[in-house]
This record gives sequence, structure tokens and C-alpha cells, in this order.
Amino acid sequence: MAVRVQAAPFDPGTELARFAGDRTDVGAQVSFTGLVRDDGGLRHMEIEHYPGMTEKAIAAIEAEAVRRWDLKASLVIHRYGRLAPGERIMMVATAAGHRADAFAAAEFLMDYLKSRAPFWKREVTADGAAWVAAKDADEDALSRW
Amino acid sequence: MIDVLYFAWVRERIGLPKERVETEAATVADLVEELVAREARYAAAFADISALRVALDQELAEFDAPLAGVREVAFFPPMTGG
Repeated sequence: MAVRVQAAPFDPGTELARFAGDRTDVGAQVSFTGLVRDDGGLRHMEIEHYPGMTEKAIAAIEAEAVRRWDLKASLVIHRYGRLAPGERIMMVATAAGHRADAFAAAEFLMDYLKSRAPFWKREVTADGAAWVAAKDADEDALSRW
Repeated sequence: MIDVLYFAWVRERIGLPKERVETEAATVADLVEELVAREARYAAAFADISALRVALDQELAEFDAPLAGVREVAFFPPMTGG
């Protein structure tokens, strides 16, 4: 189980190839990568976080995923700082014996990272900068777990 | 003394990321009341408490939570990770 909060870019292929180590009891790996999306006019995105709490909150979310599903390994990488459109913001990866656990745990991790990990996105466009508002749908998504 | 941290637009409205606050406040809500009484910028940041979240020693908490033994309080808008 690993958590990395960093400003630097990462390569999902490299991370996916090594996060489960040399284990041979893994039959399924699922990964999700989130990118900076430009719906028109986005110059860049700035991501602020709460150093210390961020790592703890993600570790707690990961621990809960491990409690609920039979995971062999998991990885969460989340970037902060200034990111250009198209850049990778974050990734989650899960490894399990079978795909059902890997898929469900990856979705769970994503749903909780959206609204329970202390990150705040700010979008900078030609018109100025604005903090991204949390969506009710993201909060509602937690109720299914 | 409690360290009070502000993030995102709460930080922008108050105009600083962190400060040490001398307080006898019993709960988070009491602390907010003290801060709001200080200056207009605090009143602006805390105008709608339902739009804010609070963490005590880096764990999410409620506004009626007690402050006894707490060293770090953080105020911020709903999180937008992922």
C-alpha cells in the first residue's frame, strides 16, 4: 500500500509495472489516471493541498479499501502545484487475485479521493482564476459504499 | 495557543495561510465566533459555515467538536481532489 503526494510528473506505465512488486498471487490489476481537462479556455490548473493531512487522509482511505476488499497491493499518486491541460493529475492502481476486487477498490479509492482528501483545484483562464466548486454528485457517490 | 490554518479561498479571504491564536474557545464554533468578531475579512471567510469544512489535528471534524487538547485547526472549502 503506497501513497505519494508530489509536484513532479509520473509515468503510469512505470508505476503500474512495479507497484505490486514480484508477487505472483496477483491475477488482476486495475488503474485509473486523471488528467487536466480543458473544456475551453483553460490556461492551467493549480492544486493546493494540506501537507501532513493529505498523506494521512489518503492512507486512511487506502486502509479502508484493504479492509473491504482482498487487495494484494495498491498505489495512490496525487500531484499538486501548477499543471497544464493534458497533464496527469493523479492515478490509483489496485492489484487483487481477481478483477472484481480490483475494480471495486479502485472505484472506492477514486470516490473518496474526490471529496475526502484535502486537495483544492483552481482553474486559471483568460478571464481570471476560480476555485473549482465541489459537486453534490461527488458527495452522493460516497453513499453507495 | 492553537495553530489555525486556512486553505483555498478561505486562505485568500483571510489573507494568510496560518496563524497562532490565543483562545479559550471550548468548541470550533466558539473559535469561529471569536475570529469573526476580529475583523471583516474573517467575517467574510466564515459568512456561510455550511460552505466550510474543519479538521482538528488533521482529522475531519464537526463545528460543534471540542477544542480541548487540539493543537492544529484547519478551515477549508469542500475538497476537490481526484
